[in-house]
Amino acid sequence: MSMEIVNKTFTCIVCPRGCTVTAACRGDEITAVTGNTCAKGEAYVRQELTAPQRTIATSVRVTGGQAPLCSVRTAQPVPKARIFDVIRAIHSVTLQAPVQQGEVVLENVLGLSSNVIATKDVDAIK
Amino acid sequence: MNEAMVLQRDAVVIGGGPAGLAAAIRLREKGIESVLVLERERTAGGILRQCIHDGFGLTRFGESLSGPEYAERFVSRAAELGIEVRTDCTVLHVSGEHTVTAVCPAGLFRVRAKAVVLAMGCRERTRGALAIPGSRPAGIYTAGVAQSYINLQNVMVGREVVILGSGDIGLIMARRLTLEGAHVVGVFEVQPYPSGLARNIQQCLNDYDIPLYLSHTVVDVHGRGRVTGVTVAECDAAFRPIAGTEREYPCDTLVLSVGLIPENELSLGAGVELDPRTKGALVDENCQTGIPGIFAAGNVLHVHDLVDFVSLEAEALAEAAASYIRDGALAPCPLAVETDGSIGHVIPQRVSGTKSFTLWLRVRKPLPGCRICVRQNGRLLAQKSLPKALPAEMIQLRISVEELDQEHSVEVTTE
Repeated sequence: MSMEIVNKTFTCIVCPRGCTVTAACRGDEITAVTGNTCAKGEAYVRQELTAPQRTIATSVRVTGGQAPLCSVRTAQPVPKARIFDVIRAIHSVTLQAPVQQGEVVLENVLGLSSNVIATKDVDAIK
Repeated sequence: MNEAMVLQRDAVVIGGGPAGLAAAIRLREKGIESVLVLERERTAGGILRQCIHDGFGLTRFGESLSGPEYAERFVSRAAELGIEVRTDCTVLHVSGEHTVTAVCPAGLFRVRAKAVVLAMGCRERTRGALAIPGSRPAGIYTAGVAQSYINLQNVMVGREVVILGSGDIGLIMARRLTLEGAHVVGVFEVQPYPSGLARNIQQCLNDYDIPLYLSHTVVDVHGRGRVTGVTVAECDAAFRPIAGTEREYPCDTLVLSVGLIPENELSLGAGVELDPRTKGALVDENCQTGIPGIFAAGNVLHVHDLVDFVSLEAEALAEAAASYIRDGALAPCPLAVETDGSIGHVIPQRVSGTKSFTLWLRVRKPLPGCRICVRQNGRLLAQKSLPKALPAEMIQLRISVEELDQEHSVEVTTE
């Protein structure tokens, strides 16, 4: 059975170059990927077509710190469809200063196989 | 008045952001012993401290970091090398003779240095610069100010937000505000193309179904105490609003992301000549301004898209500045770099012809499929073919000394 080939176009977000990448799809099958300038572009589009993922950054409250907030991010990308669930889970956390960059703020957030890590130091009030 | 304390240093670096720290570190690594960094804020790191999203460092470090993580690498390297970084310290004046006057909580002091590195970064264009009509209520922020409130100070700026301008910080803030529970009505851009990077259109707007309206601008702001809404109109090719296309959007917040301007008040005070196109200093291939021994790199020189290139530019500056400090002079750079009308700006604007250099440029308008050509006296030195050239993306070409002669100006064109 022959199905029609449909071209789907994406802007690759892996690096600032932002290649316009086109995937030729026959049903669920990807027959060709063009427009990418590196292998990451093809991997991105294949991921995007099956299960899109994003790295998420936000911040959490800190008590007793020299700053009221500590910035955090997911150490691994999480499913795009779960972004707002992840944000809610992160926002339920309050940290006690001192906080160290790289410290795990939430382990395996929502069972999505990504830790949430602090991205800066917050020293305690002296 | 008491005579202020006078320090002597080999190099003084003004600004402890990514450009200043990278320059200071490389100067020390090149054997320059006394390097002093002066930073206005309480902590070094510059604007990266509030850029909590990821995507920094792919070029410089080969991994994707958040802004604070990227900055920390330079802050801790500077500490490791024992570089003197004075925070809470505002520079008031730089003289053409390399004397820097600054004030810190302990008082006024002066530094005499063999070389001065200008690394003050840039500032945002404001509503005043755009002359948007309407009332003057609260609730109008530049994107970087909104970013500082939300990411550093834990203050939410609003609930129903209109963004004017599609600069990268505006796009980043559209996503950030959405994640923090605000509703972003839309991003309005006066140009017929976005001014931010394509990846940010995708991951900050499209991912969250935030509409982008090209060739649109805000023509009126409503509200007395607080913004209650804005009127938006479509624009023609000359950016004039088209009568009859006005539409009102209720909102409590207007965020402006309408351009960045190199911060050169101190440079002007020192007598440094600026380029009206970059609004930064005119420099040679060493990032040296028209005043020998005064150098500039990063966003104070020309506004970059990526911090990675700010660091790389400042590191290249430091290599040349280290030679200057040792030898007292660099090779003269009499050859002008000239452009045709398709090029927005170039860095450097003068070269020696005796040294390889990186040419940085932006095109003035989007060009589908073009070739950037660099010539001397009609002879091709380097070229780069691009499937699309966008003003939002800085273009780099490496020009090898083997190709250069020492007589003719360098011409940059697109074909």
